[in-house]
Amino acid sequence: MVGVKSVPSPAISADDRSHEADHPNSQVAQFGAEQPLRLDCGIDLTPFQIAYQTYGELNADRSNAVLICHALTGDQHVANVHPVTGKSGWWETLVGPGRPLDPQHYFIICANVIGGCMGSTGPASINPATGKVWGLDFPVITIPDMVRAQAMLIDRLGIDTLFAVVGGSMGGMQVLQWTAAYPKRVYSALAIACATRHSAQNIAFHELGRQAVMADPDWHNGRYTDQGIHPHRGLAVARMAAHITYLSDAALHRKFGRRMQDRELPTFSFDADFQVESYLRYQGSSFVERFDANSYLYLTRAMDYFDIAGDHGGVLAKAFAGIETRFCVVSFTSDWLFPTSESRALVHALNASSARVSFAEIETDRGHDAFLLDVPEFFDIARAFLQSAGKARGLTARID
Amino acid sequence: MSVQEVLPLGGVATEQSGQFRADHLLVAEMVKPGSKVLDVGCGEGDLLQLLETRGIDGRGIELSREGVNRCVSKGLAVVQGDADTDLVNYPDDAFDYVILSQTLQATRQPRVVLENLLRIGRRAIVSFPNFGFWKMRLQLLVGGHMPRTENLPATWYDTANIHFCTIKDFVELCDAIDVKMERAEALDLYGRPLRLRLPWWVWNMFGEQGVFLLTRGQGK
Repeated sequence: MVGVKSVPSPAISADDRSHEADHPNSQVAQFGAEQPLRLDCGIDLTPFQIAYQTYGELNADRSNAVLICHALTGDQHVANVHPVTGKSGWWETLVGPGRPLDPQHYFIICANVIGGCMGSTGPASINPATGKVWGLDFPVITIPDMVRAQAMLIDRLGIDTLFAVVGGSMGGMQVLQWTAAYPKRVYSALAIACATRHSAQNIAFHELGRQAVMADPDWHNGRYTDQGIHPHRGLAVARMAAHITYLSDAALHRKFGRRMQDRELPTFSFDADFQVESYLRYQGSSFVERFDANSYLYLTRAMDYFDIAGDHGGVLAKAFAGIETRFCVVSFTSDWLFPTSESRALVHALNASSARVSFAEIETDRGHDAFLLDVPEFFDIARAFLQSAGKARGLTARID
Repeated sequence: MSVQEVLPLGGVATEQSGQFRADHLLVAEMVKPGSKVLDVGCGEGDLLQLLETRGIDGRGIELSREGVNRCVSKGLAVVQGDADTDLVNYPDDAFDYVILSQTLQATRQPRVVLENLLRIGRRAIVSFPNFGFWKMRLQLLVGGHMPRTENLPATWYDTANIHFCTIKDFVELCDAIDVKMERAEALDLYGRPLRLRLPWWVWNMFGEQGVFLLTRGQGK
């Protein structure tokens, strides 16, 4: 049986969370007035900062750098203990000694996206012009903006070409944007459980989440920090709804079925009688502790706007014309948020562009979340792809 | 175009190699170096690997995930997909050659697949087991059951192969859809090309498999 707590783990104060927004427990790259971030909305963001983590070491010819792009609610703490929650890194299944991305062989970089709340400039950061939290005064950002900021960080680190850019879900969108915007700087790209555009259904789910946040009376038009509160109920509901889309019916049935939580008979009330209810409540409340509500609005919006074909006259293949990057695209059978058909459309476009692309659909009932879980078939593909790309690149990475 | 005109083009000089299958060596010999090739139903990528050693830029489509995984681990660019449904998405003239090796008999619509091969590639190379092979005939005639061979060991009720044809049938299909045969070979039971100029019915009788280099006909 899955251990489900109906009460969230030890409370984390709002101070911890807001402190991380400007003074993160990780490395930070600061960009001053001479290096503004040109945003798609037309605004130059300046000054700004990017919080990031690195694992492993850059080799002499700077050819072993791997950029990991995190998903919607992820952050830079991909393979270390999270400073706020105290939990282990979100992708320790993929990154670590003996894992497909082994810091012994690669210099691994993961940055908090622009608009995030774990140390990169976002709506939870202090606006230097006012001395107050940005809130809704923060400009709307896009996936290309996030990638542009990452490219500035990669420049700062003195890396010309990334050996690999890797990511799932929103991270996968960034991977694709990297290859479309900087084809010469990406040697190989591993795009998992993602799409080249956000579907109408996905936009609809995001809108539901945003409306839940904005309907919370504690939201105060995004100025909740000034009041010293956080719209935790609205954000928890948004997270609960989103979390359902990350799973599958089969996975929910396998984990919970209709089993009751700590009781034999229904209470005939609206308590969390069912295990699945208390699981969702737990997911919602633990998320609220580490995530900023406005940041959730901005990042979901960025995903909604994402449409690579739209940026290239409606023809997806044009985005990748003549590209030499080696692609590996992975989807999961039970992922209904980013179904295999979306990955296939990408693969067809890459084929039409003569790109070098591999594609595998992994059979699993674990839904969209599968990319974060221990799915050996997925790791086999990731490992094989990275090793063969490393071989072609002449990396001295261990070949098992 | 008659069957007799296209078939007996003579033997080929394929070196036997322990590393590669005889039919793969024959196929590889048909591909000009430096060209771009799509191998449909590429299995574990053996043919693609052989092509790469000859400086050919190869891509693959494979139905099984295990096959795709093996290919990816060899550094090959292989996409999981189904020849019956996925070829329509490939643009015209995307490849110099499209290869369908020992897969035609497993497709649901061999005619449509063949037409797609020659739309996507300027040339197509198709190899398939010949159901007109004498052993096949004998099993049906004498044994009274659906033939099974070393290369096609599955029984009729659990085989993936649903559209068997003979060399003669295939030649007739090519005629019907205006496909030109640039070169044709028949391999014997041991994968050796039948070397002599033989009448077509001998090929149809003694060829265990046929290998054909096709181009678009005049009408295309």
